[in-house]
Amino acid sequence: MAEIISENELLAQLKERFPGAVEAAPAPQQGLIVAADRLLEVAQALRDEMGYTYLSSVTGVDYPQATNGLGPRFEAVYHFFRRSGGPLTVHVHTDHDNPVIPSLTPLFPSANFQEREAWDLMGIRFEGHPDLRRILLWEGFDGHPLRKDWKEVYYEQDQKPFDSRYPAGKPVRAEERVPLGNNLRYPPGWSPSDWRPLADVWGYGPHDEVAGQKNPRHPADRMVLNMGPHHPSTHGVLRLLVTLDGETIQKIEPSVGFLHRCHDKIGERNIWIANIPYTDRLDYICSMTNNLAYVVAVEKLLGVQVPERAEYIRVIMSEFTRWMNHAISIGFMGNDLGIYFTAVLYALEERELILDLFEMTSGSRMMCNYMRFGGVAHDIPEAGVTLARQLVTERLPRFMDKLEKYLTHNEIFRARTEGVGVLPADKAIAYGCTGPLLRGSGVPYDIRRAEPYSIYDRFDFDVISYPEGDVYARYKVRLGEMYESLKILRQALDQLPEGPIMDGKKRHNIKVPAGEAYGRIEAPKGELGFYLVSDGGPNPYRYHVRSPSFVNLQTMNEMCRGHLIADTVIILASIDITLGEVDR
Amino acid sequence: MHASLHVLKSFGVTVGRFIESYVDDLKWILKGGFHMRYSPAALPVRQSVKARGVFVVQYPQERLPLPERFRGFPFLIEGRCTACGTCARVCPPQCIWIKRAEDPETGKSLRRPESFFIDVSICMNCGFCAEFCPFDAIKMGHEIEIASFKGGDDFLWDLQRLTRPLSYHAQIHPTAYAEEEREKASKKKEE
Repeated sequence: MAEIISENELLAQLKERFPGAVEAAPAPQQGLIVAADRLLEVAQALRDEMGYTYLSSVTGVDYPQATNGLGPRFEAVYHFFRRSGGPLTVHVHTDHDNPVIPSLTPLFPSANFQEREAWDLMGIRFEGHPDLRRILLWEGFDGHPLRKDWKEVYYEQDQKPFDSRYPAGKPVRAEERVPLGNNLRYPPGWSPSDWRPLADVWGYGPHDEVAGQKNPRHPADRMVLNMGPHHPSTHGVLRLLVTLDGETIQKIEPSVGFLHRCHDKIGERNIWIANIPYTDRLDYICSMTNNLAYVVAVEKLLGVQVPERAEYIRVIMSEFTRWMNHAISIGFMGNDLGIYFTAVLYALEERELILDLFEMTSGSRMMCNYMRFGGVAHDIPEAGVTLARQLVTERLPRFMDKLEKYLTHNEIFRARTEGVGVLPADKAIAYGCTGPLLRGSGVPYDIRRAEPYSIYDRFDFDVISYPEGDVYARYKVRLGEMYESLKILRQALDQLPEGPIMDGKKRHNIKVPAGEAYGRIEAPKGELGFYLVSDGGPNPYRYHVRSPSFVNLQTMNEMCRGHLIADTVIILASIDITLGEVDR
Repeated sequence: MHASLHVLKSFGVTVGRFIESYVDDLKWILKGGFHMRYSPAALPVRQSVKARGVFVVQYPQERLPLPERFRGFPFLIEGRCTACGTCARVCPPQCIWIKRAEDPETGKSLRRPESFFIDVSICMNCGFCAEFCPFDAIKMGHEIEIASFKGGDDFLWDLQRLTRPLSYHAQIHPTAYAEEEREKASKKKEE
């Protein structure tokens, strides 16, 4: 194991080993700039010798104009993490006309989907990527939407607020300006009638890697089964292309993007504060933690102090969210196992009471829009505190006991989950898994401990981890985390101080200093990170969401191989994805 | 235990819950007739932490009360809007259109809107307009049943459709209204 060295020391070491290829990024950027041609060597040294085994986020930024003393360029931005502490940001610059960067997928499989996303949305080509296809958009999409010069058909203006709204606003619907039929643009020379989806070509076409091995003369051994996008147990609109040998799974390829709305582009048009309600719609089950992740990232740029009471309220809300997410996740897992709707409806009933708390505090049950930069929107009412106390001390522990009694030692439940979908610890780290999926593989990594945000360093709680790495271990991790959440909630409710809930006055036109920040929290599903670049303007220059569901979904193939179709459903349920967050 | 016994046991859980729900219904019926099941006296108990059985109500025959802070669609309080445009600027999906009124003779702008539109089919109920309105002129209402067969223009609410008297605000937001009045009174005193 590499010893933990400070970042300055790290830079010095890297500079010595790779002369001319590594330098410190100029302020206000953070981290390093690595030359594209040496990226693979530097990444390997970081992984094998310096302890940065975990590549969390990969994305790109477009700088069409020269800024910061550098010419027009595309930047790929990587965030590496080690056992504890903050990120190591690595910038790689590439030419603006022909952006090519070596792919990190062979070293870090976690980069696979994220590099495909960066290619899809930003148009950076990653050389050496095993499967560089569009992932969120389809092949008939014209251009790369996150480039600064790309305009949608409904394009009105580069940044909100739109001038047409005030002071002489006259309502016009986008549909009136761009009637149906004109709202679509194909790439030049591309015709929809000749199109065959690439995913289908993969699925039904000749595929030597899979078909050849088994029986080269009878490729009919192989069957491709389409699960979804309209399938009740894919938890939304997820399509899985499953290659079968008999009933045994040989390969699984998730096909995503059915809910894609280019959240990043919307975020770059919005003023800073207007992104908060949009983050509610990412993982619509845990809107409170989505809010928190975004405000934590912006607060890193702003450098504001959050009042004590607001911090406690934030923790209370996020722990209730975690409890609720795990409860319905376990419930839906039961659903997929055939405990038809009983388990999930019981979980939803408890959630109902938590949603009552959210509603009386924030004004909405699911789209809470509750956190603000430097505090929270409203104070928690007296009745809310009472309800929270009753929930934590009476109602929720009672439900947990039931859950444990009926499921944990249930013979059928155990027979279906033990030894299914095993993900070893090294693979889990390599694939960039986070949350209960990673901890279920025996890696006790929790951001609340490894890089404490908010006031999590004040609470006494355990990081739950089980070494088995199967579906049952993940279930036990979730169950254990629910107990830990209640523990944190009890402490937070007891210590809840009086005082203000906002740092200063509520403002909508905040000024965010130029710079970049990567804020991440331990969301119920894993690491939810926001990568933000500010140029000092009223809108984010770059707004990127690193969502846990999207990255965790990459392990599907690894976990399902060799299992049966019925197990796919339960393995998918144990990853716990929300498609609103996968597709963004 | 044999697997079949587990199955029986889990059936038992469901049956128990089923009976529990009806026993609770019966308890309230015995207290004062059939309508008592979802009466204002019963709801706070039956929807609370102490609830037994299911807590589904028979919407639309029975309704749950909305909490005061509930964010439905925005409405304007009569005579308060000065057409400053803050709401149109903070609106995340940009569904608010305002035209400032102008004096027809001098051409100077008046401190009231000439027209005010909210496209509620775009509105995302975030409540920023109400939160940042410097004159407390726009508030989030409790209206939720806005379905329409026509769609389109039915969802483009104009000034007339949006405006409500102050008493409506006082009625649906009693605590917030009292707070606002208290603040106003203390400001006046200072002056």
